[in-house]
Amino acid sequence: MAAADVSAALITAPVPLSDWLVALPLAIPVLAGAVLVLLRQQLKQPIIVAVAALLAMLVTDIALLARVLQQGPVVMYMGAWKPPFGIVFAADVFGTSLATLATFIALLATIYSAADVTWAERRFGFYPFLMLLMAGVTGAFLTGDIFNLYVWFEVLLISSTGLLLVGSKKPQIDGALKYGLLNLLATTLFLVATAYLYGVLGTLNMADIALKVRAAPADTPLVTIAVLYLVAFGMKAAAFPLNFWLPASYHAPGAGVSALFAAILTKVGIYALIKTEVLLLGPVSAHFAPVIAAVAGATMLTGALGALAQSELRRLFGWLVINGIGSMLMGLAIGGEAGLTAGIFYALHSMVTMAALYFCGGLVEALAGTDRLTQLGGVQKRAPLLGAVLLILSLAVAGLPPFSGFWPKVLLVKAGISAGSGGLVLVLLASSLVTTIAMGRVYLFAVWRDAPDAAAQTGANGPRSPGASVLLPTLVLTVLVVAIGLYPMPVHELAARSAAGLLNADAYSHAVLGGAP
Amino acid sequence: MESVFALLVTAFMAVSVYLMLSRHIIRVLIGLALLGNGVNLLIFTAGRLTRETPPLIAPDAEAITGIVANPLPQALILTAIVISFSFFALLLVLGFRAYQDLGTDDTDGMRAAEPVDDPGPPEGY
Repeated sequence: MAAADVSAALITAPVPLSDWLVALPLAIPVLAGAVLVLLRQQLKQPIIVAVAALLAMLVTDIALLARVLQQGPVVMYMGAWKPPFGIVFAADVFGTSLATLATFIALLATIYSAADVTWAERRFGFYPFLMLLMAGVTGAFLTGDIFNLYVWFEVLLISSTGLLLVGSKKPQIDGALKYGLLNLLATTLFLVATAYLYGVLGTLNMADIALKVRAAPADTPLVTIAVLYLVAFGMKAAAFPLNFWLPASYHAPGAGVSALFAAILTKVGIYALIKTEVLLLGPVSAHFAPVIAAVAGATMLTGALGALAQSELRRLFGWLVINGIGSMLMGLAIGGEAGLTAGIFYALHSMVTMAALYFCGGLVEALAGTDRLTQLGGVQKRAPLLGAVLLILSLAVAGLPPFSGFWPKVLLVKAGISAGSGGLVLVLLASSLVTTIAMGRVYLFAVWRDAPDAAAQTGANGPRSPGASVLLPTLVLTVLVVAIGLYPMPVHELAARSAAGLLNADAYSHAVLGGAP
Repeated sequence: MESVFALLVTAFMAVSVYLMLSRHIIRVLIGLALLGNGVNLLIFTAGRLTRETPPLIAPDAEAITGIVANPLPQALILTAIVISFSFFALLLVLGFRAYQDLGTDDTDGMRAAEPVDDPGPPEGY
């Protein structure tokens, strides 16, 4: 029998070498994870392999970002099946910049936690979980298929539950159980929405969905689907009123893992939310923009007030993560190029700042031997550098100049006023004030005052000064926070191009589907 | 046929929501497992139910002709089953471990990560 003509369904030309750039950031952590499972018993090698793999990922991510910035979305067709039949990976500016930053922070978090990970934790798979988490995160940021996105969400959910659990302290078991249950529920809701979308449009390819949504007849029940996505991804992103799993779990593991979670996991939820509500279902989600605005406002306020009510450092930071999610949602609620640019800028700033804040919090805890505000103190006398770092990060997270939090908030206020959502702007500014008070109090108690006498003995391991391997990642991120504050243009450019890419669904669809109808 | 399946999915979802509203971890877990099965049936139904023909290409043809069953939902459901099953297994073990370590199956009593006797932040300097 003669060879069948498969050109209608398959791409017959060999894959250009440069397209492998899309698959490499995914293949590296999966491979490294497998190697690390074998190396579980070893003492020194796992950390070297993990850092090398993350470095390699970072290099490929940066190369991919450079390519995406130059020529628009880079697409790779898995198994050479033409879209919309097969799964595609489509790297756009939005996903690639988040993936690059996430890998960078993961690299720093790995170095930061290297000294903390005990032999037992290594043996129970700390590094394999970390690698699989990064695979899940990168996959979620790069995929162009909505069912595939669900798969990556589950990969990162399973590995992050593992990371939460490694160590098996009681708070970890408690936090991981709630985290796992509620996030599984959220991903299942995501699957429900995807099933309906498939039932209505008959496709799972994001580019194809974007085209079909815009061509769909008016009586297609797309609003229901878009709202379901809002609930599912809102829960993943810890938006009010589905945010209570976050402060219950993020403080349970070690400071490095906490920082990684705070920087990355909720941002994946925000990424998926913005991508579905703008790129895929843009014309539909405009119908319930007031709902998104209400959720955004409530999330900002809950986050700020929650931070004010906490007495433990990292639980307090958990509420600040939620506050930041509200600001990103505000960008989505305002919409348009200005609103989205501000929201995405905020997401990039928040990743850096929250990771740095958790790093710094971990150092303060180690130094003082406690994480309770009532017992903290004396940081200024014993480690003035750490005190300065905490001050910078406090101002950055509250959105005060000249640090990275200032510019996205300026953009949000500007976009909000010109879009006529003065109420949201007011909530944003009020929640920033409350955040400033909460962080000011942390600074006052932890840094400025002398340590209460009893505090020095209360820590489990006793107080200790930070070593270079934990201080360096913290300082690198803090320098980045200052640098973004002083030279915001490159980050603004990334955010603006991400927003422009999201709003131009035709160009995205054309890049992914090519000439195919 | 679709409407029968729709009712079945509804029943699954209703039972799972009822179970998940419980305070006891084991009921929540069973509710989640049922929810996963309900979603699988939903995907199956969303792919349209065609009973007549399996999606096979005849030996001398290059493409499917006529109306055949949709093979894609099965691939999706298989993926979803594997994922939700493995995660359910993990959560089941975790739930049991939590019962052993925290001494309760009642979520109201699980306050290891967020202690109830938290004194709150300092109110004065």
